[in-house]
Parts: sequence; structure tokens; C-alpha cells
Amino acid sequence: MQRIINFIIRNQSFLLFLLLFSVSVFFTIQSHSYHKSKFINSANFLSGGIYNSSNSISQYFGLKKENDILLEENNRLKSILFNSESNKASASTIDSISFDSKYRFTSASVIKNSYASSTNMLLIDKGVKDGLKEDFGVITSKGIVGIIEDLSGSYANVISILNTNSSINAQLKTTEHFGTLKWDTKSPQFVQLTDVQKIAPVKIGDTIITGGRSTIFPKGIPIGQVTDFKLDIAEDFYNIEVKLFNDMTNIGHVYVIENIDNEEIMNLLKNDE
Amino acid sequence: MNNAITSNTLRFIVLILVQVLVLNNIHFLGYINPYLYILFIILYPIKNNRSLFIFLSFLLGLTIDMFSDSGGVHAAACVSIAFVRPAALKFTFGAMYDHQTVKFATAEFVSNLTYISILTVIHHVILFLLEVFNTSEIILILKKALFSSIFTIILCILTIIIFGKRK
Repeated sequence: MQRIINFIIRNQSFLLFLLLFSVSVFFTIQSHSYHKSKFINSANFLSGGIYNSSNSISQYFGLKKENDILLEENNRLKSILFNSESNKASASTIDSISFDSKYRFTSASVIKNSYASSTNMLLIDKGVKDGLKEDFGVITSKGIVGIIEDLSGSYANVISILNTNSSINAQLKTTEHFGTLKWDTKSPQFVQLTDVQKIAPVKIGDTIITGGRSTIFPKGIPIGQVTDFKLDIAEDFYNIEVKLFNDMTNIGHVYVIENIDNEEIMNLLKNDE
Repeated sequence: MNNAITSNTLRFIVLILVQVLVLNNIHFLGYINPYLYILFIILYPIKNNRSLFIFLSFLLGLTIDMFSDSGGVHAAACVSIAFVRPAALKFTFGAMYDHQTVKFATAEFVSNLTYISILTVIHHVILFLLEVFNTSEIILILKKALFSSIFTIILCILTIIIFGKRK
């Protein structure tokens, strides 16, 4: 016993090093596995608060650009609104509170964005208090951004599409051929759509949109444009290079999508098993 | 003694804030970021309680991890360089370290540079190894480690030159 204690005292710094090193490696491994709540994340009071106050200063520098984006989106929405009214003016009853919509939108602003590491995360200034939960989708007016992973009271951590752990269902706009959206860490402008069937008619310049096969994103949210495609080694599936519509390095305001039917669908799937 | 505690606490907080608010957003050429916060470990007093020093380094890394959502990669790298620091000091300063008379502000430039380079390179290799976490990307890891190291070393030397004289 004496010897063991002596050994520990003699090597205390080495043992401490070993302990702390394994703790941090444990944290690292945990952060690499998708969908495990992390102990250490920036969605907490301290780091969230500091990022929030630094963002409230830097936001002023982008106001003009932000205005332009909002104006552009307003135009688009207005054109949709007026076009649909003229088409079926008699058929639609104008109702400001509609109960049958499947998705609920919450606006939020990004207070921290990263795109240079291989597992990129964003931090947004809405959290549990605003009704957000895990697995809600995050988009901008131009395209998708990511999926919420961790939450605290008033902050949420978003796993970006520029993250090697993220995999999102996506499809071609013209046909229903779908695949999985991955990122190879090479460039923040390009993501890869893998596992698309060989018979799919892919062309350079085609638009890629989200598929309706997950409960996270509604079908039809734009993602990007095909810039290059080739068959994988087994020559069964296409690997498609997709240029994102979103500039992931410059994201200010985002919308969080809640699928109201999510719970119902999940219950149904559970019953099936 | 009190003075040392105050200045190190201040350095801890300031370096973290500078790192997460400014340096993490540089992205020079797309992926090169300096990690200046290891200056805390580099400049920590030589006469120290070793266990406390290792623990503080862990805390420093973990705080950076918390801000940058990187799991525990910074913590692991920081703990490692805190552990090998005595060996690095012995290697660069030799007899001066044995007599506990090393002063970074007055030491020779070359030995300072060697000492900082050793710690920085070890830190960055461990950092990127764990961050990418994929041995098939070893070229990417080494590339990132090399370029970020150069950036960090230059910034560390400059910081020591600019802020070092006062103390």
C-alpha cells in the first residue's frame, strides 16, 4: 500500500497529465459522433453571452448588406403572394392564422460562425425559451444552413452542413433521384451529394434541393448547383459536386424550421419497429 | 508572488478573449489561424507547482474548446505541451534551467525561438491530429500544422517583444 501511494505521489504530474489527456480525448471522440449532446459546447451562459455582445457590435457593420438581402426576399415573397392571389382569388380564403400549416418558422441571428475546421458549428441567439428543440432545421432565404444539435435557455448550437458529421437528404430538382449531402472539408463553397443512382439524369447546372424524406427540412429548399459529377469507384453511384447558393462564410439572419408533425411521424415509425 | 498570480490571471483571461473574438476569425488563406493563447503556457513562471500548472493548461484548453465547439482538442494539446514543457526548457536553456534562472525577456533570441517553436509545433500537431481525426488525411494535418505553427510562432515572438519590456 505504502508503495502504491509513493508511486502515485512520485508520478503525480504524469498521472494527472494522463487523466486530463484522456478526459479531453473522450470529449473529442464524443464531439465526432453525431448526435450526442456534448458536455462542452458554446451554447451556454458564458460563451453565448460573450459572443452575443461581440456580435451586437459587429452587426452594425453589415446592416446595409443585410437590408439588401431582406429587400430581395421581400420582393420574392411579395411576388409569390400577389401571383397566387390573382390565380385563385375566389378559391382561397384569406386567413392570417392558418392551423393546417405543417411548418413553423422562427427567425434568429447567427452570433458565431465557423467554416475553417472540419467540424463546423454555428451559434444562434434563440434557444429552449423560444420553443426550439433538437433536430430543427436551420435555413436562410437562399438555402440550407444546418440542423440544431445542442440547446441552452437562450442559445442553440447548429451543426453546419460544412461538418463531416452532417448528412442531409437531398435530391435533384427535376427528378426524384435522391442522395446524401456530405462535406469533404476542402472548400466552404462546395458540398458533395453522394449515393445518387447511376440512372439519374444529372447535368452540370442542375439545381439540388432538399428531399422530403426526413422530417427535418420540408421538401424543396434550395441547396446549390451541380458543378461537376462522376461515378464512384464501384461505378454504381454518382458523386456530385454541389456549389452552395448560400455563402456559408457570411451568414447573418437565419430561420429555424419546426416540423409540427415531427412527433406524430416519429411515433408512427416507432410503432413500426 | 501576488503580482505573479495577478498577471497570470489577467493573461489567461485576455489571451482567451483575444483568441476567440479576434484570432479565431482570421482564416488566412482559408484555414490558417494563429493560436496565440498558448503564450500563457509558454510564459508561465518556471518555478511552479507542476500539477497546478498542468491543470491550469487543461482549463485554458477547455475554455477555448467551449468557445469553438471543438470537443476537447485544445485541452488535449494544451495538457500535452504543459507536460513536455520542462523537457523543452531543459533542451533549449540547459544549465540556465537547472539553476532556475531563465528569464524570457532577457534570454537570447535564438533560444527563445527554439523553445517557442518546439512547444508550438507539438501543440499544433496534436491539435490538428485530433481535430481532423482521420489518419488518411495526414497530409492535410501536417499542412495545417506547419502553416499555423509559422503564423503562431511569429505572433508569439511579436507579442513578447511588444508587451515583454514593461514587466
